[in-house]
Amino acid sequence: MKNEQILINAFSTSLGIEAAMVTQDLTYNTIPQWDSTAHMILIAELEDQFKVMLDTDDIIDMGSVAKAKEILAKYDIEFDA
Amino acid sequence: MLNDKIILITGASSGIGYATALECAKQGAFVYIAGRNSEALQELHLQIEKSSVLAYDITDEVAVKQAFSQIMQNSGKLDGLVNCAGVMLDAGFAMTRLSDLQHQLNTNTVAAYQHAQLATRLMTKQRCGSIVNLCSAVGEQGSVGQSAYATSKAALSGLTKSLSKELGSLGIRVNAVAPGFIDTAMTSSYQGESRQQIVTNSALGRAGQAQEVAHVICFLLSQQASFISGQIIAVDGGLSL
Repeated sequence: MKNEQILINAFSTSLGIEAAMVTQDLTYNTIPQWDSTAHMILIAELEDQFKVMLDTDDIIDMGSVAKAKEILAKYDIEFDA
Repeated sequence: MLNDKIILITGASSGIGYATALECAKQGAFVYIAGRNSEALQELHLQIEKSSVLAYDITDEVAVKQAFSQIMQNSGKLDGLVNCAGVMLDAGFAMTRLSDLQHQLNTNTVAAYQHAQLATRLMTKQRCGSIVNLCSAVGEQGSVGQSAYATSKAALSGLTKSLSKELGSLGIRVNAVAPGFIDTAMTSSYQGESRQQIVTNSALGRAGQAQEVAHVICFLLSQQASFISGQIIAVDGGLSL
């Protein structure tokens, strides 16, 4: 599975939303499902799926789907342009 | 009670941490034994078949992260964390340097905070886990000549209660034990009259043993404590009464 799809699935599963809702501009706290608890679940899921351990600063900064891709790229996770 | 559980214990090279590692192993857990004294940890490792040594300084942020990466790679999960490592300063309020206070806070509170933060990320995946912090009767009651230590341990109590509320929905329980006077290297400087005075103030009239605290920690780690969270359990022979 491509990393883009893994990312979408991770967001969808963690936040309990339809995959179609996982757009680049989906942002933390703009939908009720993406609250601080769901953010912790999301981080755990991303770390599990991509086998990385994120820095706390990156967890704080991960405020959107687009930002998540940008941060994961720092951990050598590649996404199609 | 702890069959097949994966448990990380900091400060495992001596005292309550050491006793807890042995007790967890006895109850069937695989234990990651962490501390700075790699020689003592290796000796403990020889006694516990299902164990792995993690030798690092708990106040070294990068080293802590590396330790958790190792746990993630080797075990893929973590069921329990025991924040046992600690230091105790005996110094009058006026004689306590701010750097001493900082050292107490870094070791007793900040390191425990970071360990809990990283443990939570592993526990969140399975929606289950137990964190046990080592608070102290001193942090709960206060003590003359131990203001820095008391500050750091009282902060740990606050962390315990707050985390229990914040992590409860993820299935993670957070508790603490608050030992009284326990016979360990940390309390060995108390001899003669000063020791006798503390001991006689407890209802049981004696010092506790590390293993007696370890039993309570293992209970809190286990499923037998499945409905207990946010508690600071005094293990002090009635000292705090």
